[in-house]
Amino acid sequence: MTTTTKHPIISLFASVQLALFLLFLLASTSIIGTLIPQNNQPAYYVERYGHKAAQLLQVLDIPDMYNSWWFLGLLALFALNLVVCSAERIPQVIRSLRRDGLEVLPEQLTKFPIRGEVILPDAPAAAWERVDSVLKNKGWAPRHVDKQDGRLFFAERGGWTRFGVYVVHCSILIILAGALAGSSSVARRILNNPGFAFKGSIMLPEGESTDHILTFKTGERIDLGFALRCDSFTIEYYANGMPKTYRSEVTILDNGQPVQETAIEVNQPLTYKGVTFYQSSYQPYQQYRVSLQKRGTALTTATLIQAAKQVDWPEGGISYGIINRETQGEVTRRLKIWLTDNQGEPSVFWLHPNQEAVIERPSGTYLLTIRQMYATGLQATRDPGVWLVYGGCLLMLIGLSIAFFLSHRRLFVFVTPSEQGSRLLLAGDANKNKGGFEKTFEELRKALEI
Amino acid sequence: MDSSLLFGITMLAYLLATACYLGLLLFKGKGIGRLGMLLAAAGAAVHTAALGLRWYESYQIGIGRAPLTNMYESLVFFAWCITLVYLALEFRFKVRIVGAFVMPFAAVAMAYASFSDRMDSQISPLIPALQSNWLIAHVVTCFIGYAAFIVATGLGVMYLLKESAGDREGTHGITGSLPELKVIDDLIHRTIIFGFLWFSGGIITGAVWANEAWGTYWSWDPKETWSIITWFLYALILHARFTRGWRGRRIAWLAILGFFVVLFTYFGVNYLLSGLHSDG
Repeated sequence: MTTTTKHPIISLFASVQLALFLLFLLASTSIIGTLIPQNNQPAYYVERYGHKAAQLLQVLDIPDMYNSWWFLGLLALFALNLVVCSAERIPQVIRSLRRDGLEVLPEQLTKFPIRGEVILPDAPAAAWERVDSVLKNKGWAPRHVDKQDGRLFFAERGGWTRFGVYVVHCSILIILAGALAGSSSVARRILNNPGFAFKGSIMLPEGESTDHILTFKTGERIDLGFALRCDSFTIEYYANGMPKTYRSEVTILDNGQPVQETAIEVNQPLTYKGVTFYQSSYQPYQQYRVSLQKRGTALTTATLIQAAKQVDWPEGGISYGIINRETQGEVTRRLKIWLTDNQGEPSVFWLHPNQEAVIERPSGTYLLTIRQMYATGLQATRDPGVWLVYGGCLLMLIGLSIAFFLSHRRLFVFVTPSEQGSRLLLAGDANKNKGGFEKTFEELRKALEI
Repeated sequence: MDSSLLFGITMLAYLLATACYLGLLLFKGKGIGRLGMLLAAAGAAVHTAALGLRWYESYQIGIGRAPLTNMYESLVFFAWCITLVYLALEFRFKVRIVGAFVMPFAAVAMAYASFSDRMDSQISPLIPALQSNWLIAHVVTCFIGYAAFIVATGLGVMYLLKESAGDREGTHGITGSLPELKVIDDLIHRTIIFGFLWFSGGIITGAVWANEAWGTYWSWDPKETWSIITWFLYALILHARFTRGWRGRRIAWLAILGFFVVLFTYFGVNYLLSGLHSDG
C-alpha cells in the first residue's frame, strides 16, 4: 500500500468511513422533509411553527430541502466519495487479478482456508493427466507450471465478479447524472435553455389547442414547436361512484396539420418530439353541450347551454332546459331535463351525462344527449435524462446480483511424487460465499480420487 | 367458500405454527417443531389459494384486479411473503427454530389485517392511478424485500438471545437449541442481501411507475423518502460488514433497527404523514 504518499483530502474521500458517515447523514436528514411539509407558501410555516422557527427553516431551505444547497451538497459529496473510493480501489483489484496464481509457492498452499489431499496410485505424469482432465471436465481452465518438487496447477473463475460492487457504484453515478440531465434548474441556469428539460402543465378546455406550456414553480412559458388540441375529456365511473378512467382525446398538430390522434389516460401518457403529456387533473365547467335530433328527419342541433336557462330550437319545434342538477363537487353526475313542444304536459326526466334520452312527444320523437364541458389538465415533461436513470437502475440490479451472489474462486493443485504414486495437495479460496465453494471443492476432491 | 374464510384458516394456521415453534424453543421437542413447520407450510398453501381466490372473486364482481391494492391486501400479502421467505430459509439452511422468531410476525400481520378497524377487506375497484402493469411488479418486489428484512430482524433477536446466554447455559437452556452464533450471523447477512436486492428492485419499479403515471420518477414524497432512508440504512449495514468487518452483535442490532424503519416506511408514512401513497 502506498497510502503514505497520498494527500489527506484524497484519502478522506477514498475512505469507507466517509461513505458510512454520508449514508447516515443522508438517511437521517431525509427524515426532516417527511415531517415538515414541503413546498408551501412562507406564511404556512409562520402559522405552523411561529415567526422565529419559520425564519430558521427558511434560512436552512427546509421548505424545499431536497433541492437545498446543503442537501444537494451532501449528494455531491456522496458522489465524489463514490468516484474517489472506486478510482482508488479498482486499480488494486486489477493488480490483484493480474497476479498469476502459478507464482504461488507450494508451501503457501498449506495456509489456504480450504484445503484437501488426494493420494493417487499413478505416476506423476498420469496424475497430471488426471488433474487436467477432471478440472476441465468440471468447467475449470487449468494452467500449470513445474516447480522444484512438483507440478502446480492453477485455475480461477469469476475474477471479473470482483468488479460487481464498482458496477453498483457506477450505476449510482449514472442515475445521478441522469437526474442532472433531466433537471429543469440545470437546464435553466446552467445551459440557459429552459426547453432542454422542464416540467410544466397546461389546462386545456375542450376544443381548444395550445402551442406552449407553463413550467411549475417559475411559471415560465415554453414553446412546444407543435400544438396540442383537446378534442374531448371524459370521466368514466364504476358502479359505486369511484372514478374509473380520466381520458383526454387529443390531436397533435404539427405545422397546423393533424399528425396524430390519440387518447391520454392516467398511466398512459403521450410522447411527441421528446415531450411527454400526462393526464394529471381536470376542470369541469358549468356549461353543457346538448345534441338534439328529431327522429325520421334530418333535423339536428348542437348547442352550448347553461343550467336554469330555457333554450329554444325553432326548427325542431321545441324548447328545453336544465332545471336541476346532481353534482359531486363541480362534476355534474345527473341532470334534470325539461322539454316541451307546447303540446300537452312538458317532459321532465333525469339523465346522466353522455347518456342518450329518447323522448316521445306528440310532434315526434327526439333524441337528446348532454355532456358537461371540461378542461383537461395535462402535465408536460421533457426529461432527456430519464433513459440514463433507467439504464443506471438496470445496471444497479445487475451489479448487485454480481456483487452478492457471484464470487471469485481460485483453485490450486500441487502434484508431487510419493511412495504410493502421487500426492495431490488441493487448496482454494473464494472471496464470497465460502460455504458454497467448500461444497464445490469437496466434490472436486472426490472426483480426483479413484 | 370464499377467500375471507380461507384467510381466517390461514391466520389460525400461522398462530398455531407460532405456538408450536415457541414450544420447540422452550421444550426442544423435535415433533412439535415438525408440526409447526407443517402448519406454516399448510397455512402458506391455504394462503396462496386464498390470494388466488380473491383475485378470481374480483373478476366475478366485474372489477378484475390483483389483490395487492389496499392496506388490508398488502398486509395479507406481507404475511404471505414473510412465511414464504422463512420456509425457503428453512428448506435451504435447515434451521427450523428460526420459525419461533419469524412466524409471530406473519401471525400478527394476519391477525391485524383481520381484526383492525382500520382495515377494509372489501374488494373495491382501482382508481386510475393504480391501473398499471407496474402494480404487480412493484408490490411483489417491495414486499419480498420487506419480508426478508423482517426475517433478518427475527434472526437478529435470535442472535442477541443466544449471545446473552453465552456459554452459561451450554446446550441445556432455551438457547441451547439455537444455531451457532456464526451461523446466525451468516444467515442475517444472507437475508439482508437478498432483501436489499429485491427492495432495490421495488424502489426502481416504483420509480418507473411514478414516471409513467405522473411524469416524474422521483418526487421526494414521504413514501419515496422513507423507502430511500430504508435503502440507505441497509446499504450502510452492508458496507459496515463488507469493508469495516462489522459482525455479530452490531449487525444484529442494526437488523433490529431495520425493523422499525421498515415498519415506519410501510405503516407510519401512511398513518402519520401525508402523501400520494395511501394504499399500503
